[in-house]
Amino acid sequence: MLRVEGITAGYGPVTVLRDLSFQAQPGQVTCIMGRNGAGKSTLMRAIMGLVPVQSGQILLGDAALHTLPAHKVPLHGVAYVPQGRRLFGPLTVAENIDVGLLTRKKGLHRREFVLDLFPRLRERLDQVASTLSGGEQQMLAIARALCLEPQVLLLDEPSEGLQPSMISLIRETVLRLRETGLATLLVEQRVDTVLRIADKVAFMAHGRVEHVAERADLTADSTLFQQFVGV
Amino acid sequence: MPHSPLAEALRGGGWLGDTRAQMSFGPFLLLAVLEGTVMAAVLALTAVGLSLVFGVMRVVNVAHGELYMLGAVIAWFVTFYLPLPPAMGWLAALIIAPLLVAAIAALMDTLILKRLNYDPEATIVATIGLLYMLQQAALTFYGPDARPVVAPFQWRIQLPWFGYSGYKLFVVAAALAILLAVWLFMTRTKAGLVMRATQVDRETAQAFGINVDRVYAGTFALGGALAAAAAVLIVPIQQAHYLMGHDPLLLSFIVVIIGGLGSIRGTLVAALVIGLSDGIISMFFSPTLAKIIATLLVALVLVFRPQGLFGARA
Ligand SMILES: Nc1ncnc2c1ncn2[C@@H]1O[C@H](COP(=O)(O)OP(=O)(O)OP(=O)(O)O)[C@@H](O)[C@H]1O
Ligand SMILES: [Mg+2]
Repeated sequence: MLRVEGITAGYGPVTVLRDLSFQAQPGQVTCIMGRNGAGKSTLMRAIMGLVPVQSGQILLGDAALHTLPAHKVPLHGVAYVPQGRRLFGPLTVAENIDVGLLTRKKGLHRREFVLDLFPRLRERLDQVASTLSGGEQQMLAIARALCLEPQVLLLDEPSEGLQPSMISLIRETVLRLRETGLATLLVEQRVDTVLRIADKVAFMAHGRVEHVAERADLTADSTLFQQFVGV
Repeated sequence: MPHSPLAEALRGGGWLGDTRAQMSFGPFLLLAVLEGTVMAAVLALTAVGLSLVFGVMRVVNVAHGELYMLGAVIAWFVTFYLPLPPAMGWLAALIIAPLLVAAIAALMDTLILKRLNYDPEATIVATIGLLYMLQQAALTFYGPDARPVVAPFQWRIQLPWFGYSGYKLFVVAAALAILLAVWLFMTRTKAGLVMRATQVDRETAQAFGINVDRVYAGTFALGGALAAAAAVLIVPIQQAHYLMGHDPLLLSFIVVIIGGLGSIRGTLVAALVIGLSDGIISMFFSPTLAKIIATLLVALVLVFRPQGLFGARA
């Protein structure tokens, strides 16, 4: 279980997250919603050690992630699909996947697993990542992260800018991965997607998680969506 | 622009003055091309080192020429103090100098550049400081004299029109071999992949377990090792001197700017263009004109194609 306990974090003198807490369980999809600038991406980056945590703690099992340098965090089974994908653009599809496999001693089996998950990537192994279509780029970003065989997967707005068929493909992928016991943290703005796949929704505002709702307690016309997302 | 000792030495010093009058155009052009090729090969090594460091770390290493100078000075010490025959001594220098300079460069990275957070402006000022520190250190421990290193072998290749140093041709082959090794390293090995990923996006690289501090130290070391290797190749042609770093630095910058900052392919092409044109123009006209043209070329590139001939648009 990933436990974020009262963290304060930000960029230099700017504090973005204030005393923020929440938990993500294995085998569950935890959605994070909040307006633009609420600090959702900052939270993801704080978990990855890419933004310094000034106080509070981030725990995964026995590991205190907030004490680790950023490059040690993935060794504890945390994988990250950043907002905007952030692929290694000039590198090929195969090379991007190889980067995902860096932390693994024997990666061949895992490589086959992610390529089976996204057969379109297998057809394009030698293509330069920046020339992929938006949907293919998102598949590659997810495939690259899954190469780590993570316990916790952080997905920051994976459906941003994608057509409906691609969005449902990503949704199905997330649900399939949930079956395997993965704890998924999904930043998502679309209410319909959240209602379909979330087990739990954390609503963020002012740099904190202001409300956590169970899936069963949410409907499309819930006032929580209006209050925290403005839809 | 000051008269270039590097180019001068590559051109064979005073020896050419006598030959020039007696040679007809064809052979003379051939000689100029040969000299230009030697220059291009060595320049490619120093420029690729500079370009790698800038590409991966976004650091403009103004002390790059001093790492080259250190390579030559270390080569002198190795060949002078190790009781080996010239060929073995030089070979020992070719291994020891790049390794030592790489270690010094890694230290510079960890002790200074890292503490400046690789801020682009601060690192320029810091490497300017390092330039003078290394130069003064060389002056103190090595002295103000230029000292020769004996070439590993003395063969001359007799062409119908003139004799040419076999060692210079070997320098070209050796530089090509080193560049090929660098290319294979960058494209075929895990370490090369790690360097390229870090170059693209250092933050995302960390999210995949890449220790960026180590990559940076390694890149700076590799850049230094390439400069040192170039110096060991050159030092039997030119002598080792504590001020010898100026010209390679200037020419490497010219090459890197024309080729496109951070583009290895562009750097290689530009090294060939600058090396050859420098060789040819210096012989037919004057070394000063060659430098003027190279500088003009840089100005033109900066105005019309600031990303360099092969660089990606920023
Ligand atoms: N590198 C940075 N330096 C300074 N401030 C930053 C930086 N990155 C983000 N911020 C600020 O932190 C706040 C939260 O940004 P963040 O990207 O976490 O929001 P978000 O919830 O992900 O928004 P969006 O829905 O638009 O992706 C914003 O006010 C933003 O301006
Ligand atoms: Mg965001």
